Amino acid sequence: MKYLQDIGSYFLMLKKVFGSFTKRSVLKHLIFKEIDDLIIGSLGIVAFISFFVGGVVAIQTALNMDNPIIPESLIGFATRQSVILEFAPTFISIIMAGKVGSFITSSIGSMRVTEQIDALEVMGINSLNYLVFPKIVALMFYPFVIILSMFLGILGGWVAAVYGGFSSSAAFIEGVQQDFIPYQLFYAFFKTCVFAFILATVPSWQGFYMKGGALEVGKASTNSFVWTSVLIIASNYIITQLLLS
Amino acid sequence: MIKVEDVHKSFGDEEILKGITTKFDKGKTNLIIGQSGSGKTVLLKCLIGLFKPEQGRIYYEENAIQDMDDEQQRKLREEIGMLFQGGALFDSMNIEENVMFPLRMFTKQKKSDMVARVNEVLKRVNLENVNKKFPAEISGGMQKRVSIARAIVNKPKFLFCDEPNSGLDPKTATLIDTLIQEITHEYDITTVVVTHDMNSVMEIGEKVVLLKHGKLVWQGTNQEIFKTDNEDVTSFVYSSDLFKKIREVQLKEG
Repeated sequence: MKYLQDIGSYFLMLKKVFGSFTKRSVLKHLIFKEIDDLIIGSLGIVAFISFFVGGVVAIQTALNMDNPIIPESLIGFATRQSVILEFAPTFISIIMAGKVGSFITSSIGSMRVTEQIDALEVMGINSLNYLVFPKIVALMFYPFVIILSMFLGILGGWVAAVYGGFSSSAAFIEGVQQDFIPYQLFYAFFKTCVFAFILATVPSWQGFYMKGGALEVGKASTNSFVWTSVLIIASNYIITQLLLS
Repeated sequence: MIKVEDVHKSFGDEEILKGITTKFDKGKTNLIIGQSGSGKTVLLKCLIGLFKPEQGRIYYEENAIQDMDDEQQRKLREEIGMLFQGGALFDSMNIEENVMFPLRMFTKQKKSDMVARVNEVLKRVNLENVNKKFPAEISGGMQKRVSIARAIVNKPKFLFCDEPNSGLDPKTATLIDTLIQEITHEYDITTVVVTHDMNSVMEIGEKVVLLKHGKLVWQGTNQEIFKTDNEDVTSFVYSSDLFKKIREVQLKEG
């Protein structure tokens, strides 16, 4: 029963987010701030993880190829497929659920605890629009983070394969270009956009409707990570079933 | 002027407010007092529209808040200034941005005019050269004064204060009380203060409303509070040792 109430309250929140807009000049400022906090602030960790995981994928593929008939180009092919289809959109989104999601929940939750949200409401401001809408807009730039992740993942694979002595540069690049299906990019970016919406709204809901004090802010942040991850994984399965099978 | 008529509010099965009827006058500091759990803050939150009463009506001037549509309520809230118990300053903004916030949201003034107005109200609450500091960098008393500055920057008609001097030393608490009273008279606004501090009652209680277990049990001025024989009032007022001793002296002197 509580889950049904929570789902209802989540959709009611979404309705309020898009009602009674904050003054445009203020909103513009807030959106730039959120882009800085949520997108620019995440580039470092995304770049670091993407590069090294791309490298690990290439090494793992190479080490599992013990049949001489299998061409070297498979390393580049497997790296590209793994990075574009799953690693960049899904794995990075799970990492973002920890980094960005818990940041959103704790910042909104702290505002709830210290009556800052009440202060907005008393002033006649639609606090949900003021707090959540700029985050949704900022995370519309999330696909650019995933483009960066895809590029660095494949680059990391190339560095590991070539400098690790597993493949020649030409063979790796041939593999990256082999049997490329543009529709798979559409699939990857479609699910990235869905994950971006989940990343912006689920942690906001957790923070906005939390009750209690500082301890509950911590609990809400943990719940936020758990539920955002669960929803990302579940929607990943549904989207894959719908678009690829 | 704010008029409250037969307001009831419950949370679950527990009735917190049991038919409150009173009036808060313009140009006066109106105090809602009572022990913890008496329903003071709930009444305040009903007044400012954060809670909706199940029964009863609240009038701002002549207009009942229950009859207003969303847009009218939003307009009304632009005329309300609120001082929260913890200050409720926005952590991510510096003092100048915090005080300027209502001006940015509701007016079309030029930035230079807004800064001038911010400096004016900060000076009014005896704060200068703190514009670029963040809330975490100033003391609790200063945060309260910044919060008052933010509440009055847009020239409100109604000012609400939730335990304005909680957590402050007696000297700073007196300063905050005095400031609230001065601002009330200067701007000729309706001020409602929730407190359980008897010093505040003595200093600024031009009208005092006593709540007990969600019921209004007494109302009058701070002068009358020491003369009444109402048992609820005497048990609240003389619950502290200081006031007990004052009472003993008063009784001795007849």
